[in-house]
Amino acid sequence: MSDKKQVMVFIEQSEKKIGAVSLELICEAGRLAKKLSAEVVGVALGYGIGEELAALGHYGCKTVYYVEDERLSHFTSNPYAKSVVSIIRKQQPEIVLFGATTTGRDMAPRIASALKCGLTADCTELQIGEYKSKGELFENAFLQMRPAFGGNIMATIVSPESFPSMATVRPGVMQLDTPDASRTAEVLVEESDLSDEDFLTEVIEVVRREKTVNLSVAQIIVAAGAGAADPETLALVRKLAVTIGAELAASRPLVDAGLLSHDHQVGQTGTTVRPNLYIACGISGQIQHRAGMVESQRIIAINSDPDAPIFRIAHYGIVGDLNAVIPKMIAAYKEKA
Amino acid sequence: MGLKMIVMVKQVPDTHNITGEAMKADGTVNRARLPAIINPEDLNALEEAIRIKERIGGHITAITMGPQKAVQVLKECLYRGADDVILISDRKFAGADTLATAYTLKFAVDKIGSFDLILCGRQAIDGDTAQVGPQVAEKLGINQITSLLEVVEIDEEEITAKHAITDGYELVKSKMPLLLTVTSEANEPRSPSAKLVMAYKNIDQEVNGDSYEEAYMQADDSSLIDRITEWNADSIGVDSTICGLQGSPTKVKKIENVVLAVNDIQQIPATEAGITDLMHELMDDHII
Ligand SMILES: Cc1cc2nc3c(=O)[nH]c(=O)nc-3n(C[C@H](O)[C@H](O)[C@H](O)COP(=O)(O)OP(=O)(O)OC[C@H]3O[C@@H](n4cnc5c(N)ncnc54)[C@H](O)[C@@H]3O)c2cc1C
Ligand SMILES: Nc1ncnc2c1ncn2[C@@H]1O[C@H](COP(=O)(O)O)[C@@H](O)[C@H]1O
Repeated sequence: MSDKKQVMVFIEQSEKKIGAVSLELICEAGRLAKKLSAEVVGVALGYGIGEELAALGHYGCKTVYYVEDERLSHFTSNPYAKSVVSIIRKQQPEIVLFGATTTGRDMAPRIASALKCGLTADCTELQIGEYKSKGELFENAFLQMRPAFGGNIMATIVSPESFPSMATVRPGVMQLDTPDASRTAEVLVEESDLSDEDFLTEVIEVVRREKTVNLSVAQIIVAAGAGAADPETLALVRKLAVTIGAELAASRPLVDAGLLSHDHQVGQTGTTVRPNLYIACGISGQIQHRAGMVESQRIIAINSDPDAPIFRIAHYGIVGDLNAVIPKMIAAYKEKA
Repeated sequence: MGLKMIVMVKQVPDTHNITGEAMKADGTVNRARLPAIINPEDLNALEEAIRIKERIGGHITAITMGPQKAVQVLKECLYRGADDVILISDRKFAGADTLATAYTLKFAVDKIGSFDLILCGRQAIDGDTAQVGPQVAEKLGINQITSLLEVVEIDEEEITAKHAITDGYELVKSKMPLLLTVTSEANEPRSPSAKLVMAYKNIDQEVNGDSYEEAYMQADDSSLIDRITEWNADSIGVDSTICGLQGSPTKVKKIENVVLAVNDIQQIPATEAGITDLMHELMDDHII
């Protein structure tokens, strides 16, 4: 066990590529670690990924505990959970973070159960702060914020007496810092303590779908809602996106109607985005949609209904018909471009 | 013969269909006014168990940990085809987080005795945690397949199934005993069976149309109570330090209703001049 306090991040990898969410979590762990005077460490499982792991230092990861075992090349529940449990028992981190991906949400509860520690699912904000309970004050409690009740409430969860405190964190919500290539992480290879009996799942086939669009990295997004469902209006929205070099996104009704693929959906059951500019075209702004885009730097809302909730979170509001407004936007852009 | 299956179901407030009645004047949700339903993906878990039983035979026990009024979800399970139902209820269970819930369910499963397959919903719509299933699997020391999409092959020893991963799916194989968490994509849950409802409600005459609906809603179901086994903390042997609030490492510090604060919004007139100014400003700031 290290003499310094640790904030640990589970490093997700698939086919030797580190998951984007793990980089986001290292950056977020860095912000938490600062307040705790702790250091950021990673735990990784796999085979032949030492170099990729060293590069996590660019984002502020100090040390990676790496269980190198060919049988761990691909994720399965029991051996992954068991290996992470042994590393946590050895290192005794204060906090452990996982991406709220299918992998993170599969293994983290097993790990929490084995360690009998607190786990909060699908967090969207993390802080270090005070927590008082029954006259006892915890000065540096790990505050885990998450939407619940279908997004209608925000709950702050703590597990002050649990060691460690663990959370899964929604991909795309934590800010990625600029990497610093001069820093590298120390990669410590750990002995695998798994036997063949631990491998309970046989993976026969992995079928990956190519994403048609990757909204989580887009800087400019033009999103179409049910107000743009007719073919002419949707074509206009698409034209605006092409003109200003934006990615096209959508609210759920358009995806449900089969007008755009699910990769385009922004929101609670779609992608979380935080672009520089988000132009919401004919989107009312229901909670499940806002959950995925409220962190955008600038939001322009175009809607014919002046009372649409989207106007409450927008920075610029245009009350009007898309069919009249968008052509003016395209013309104004072309005039100056 | 066939498989011994346990389906875990939870009663939850219907957070997906929030009607005006459950909205308070300040635009927040009055949680006490939401109707109680079976967690939607638990119906998919039950449906999958019924299909497996139809395919290779078996026995289905539905269990829930909850307050007395959760018997309602167990009745629903009987109407849909569960063979046995068990309510696990005790004031000591109040305030349980997912870890304490999983502990309690583990002790209940131990009391049931042997099993081949446990089926849970992928996640419950009140907390959206998706944690209880994997935690029960760990406590029982068995394997898990989460986010089930399709059972491809199954016999008494092993299952081959498709389950969802972030960017696609995997085809995997595992031996029993095993815990599955089932998604809404796996199947379309059937409605309660009219035959079972009538049998359980002692309705022997032929009914149809409206009268069936009426019979379903109103007939006496007191005989059903005999079908519902009830266990408490003592009968499953779970100690109060590991269940309920005491056994829960996570605490809710604060709950905030999500209210939309009015932003400092800049109103752009929908005129050529207004829109041109906005677009040019964005271009000057190198945003587009
Ligand atoms: C569990 C759950 C998960 C969900 N997940 C998501 C999710 O991930 N993403 C998501 O988006 N939704 C999600 N939803 C659905 C969500 O609740 C809303 O139904 C959806 O976001 C509404 O989409 P919309 O704003 O496009 O449509 P609407 O609410 O129908 O709004 C259309 C808007 O267009 C305006 N309009 C119409 N015509 C014009 C015109 N010509 N010019 C200008 N404005 C016009 C109207 O005034 C209206 O405000 C989820 C729901 C549930 C229950
Ligand atoms: N109190 C409970 N009683 C029985 N099953 C439960 C209970 N809580 C959760 N479950 C099961 O665990 C699944 C996931 O729940 P959750 O972790 O709350 O999202 C549910 O879909 C149920 O199958």
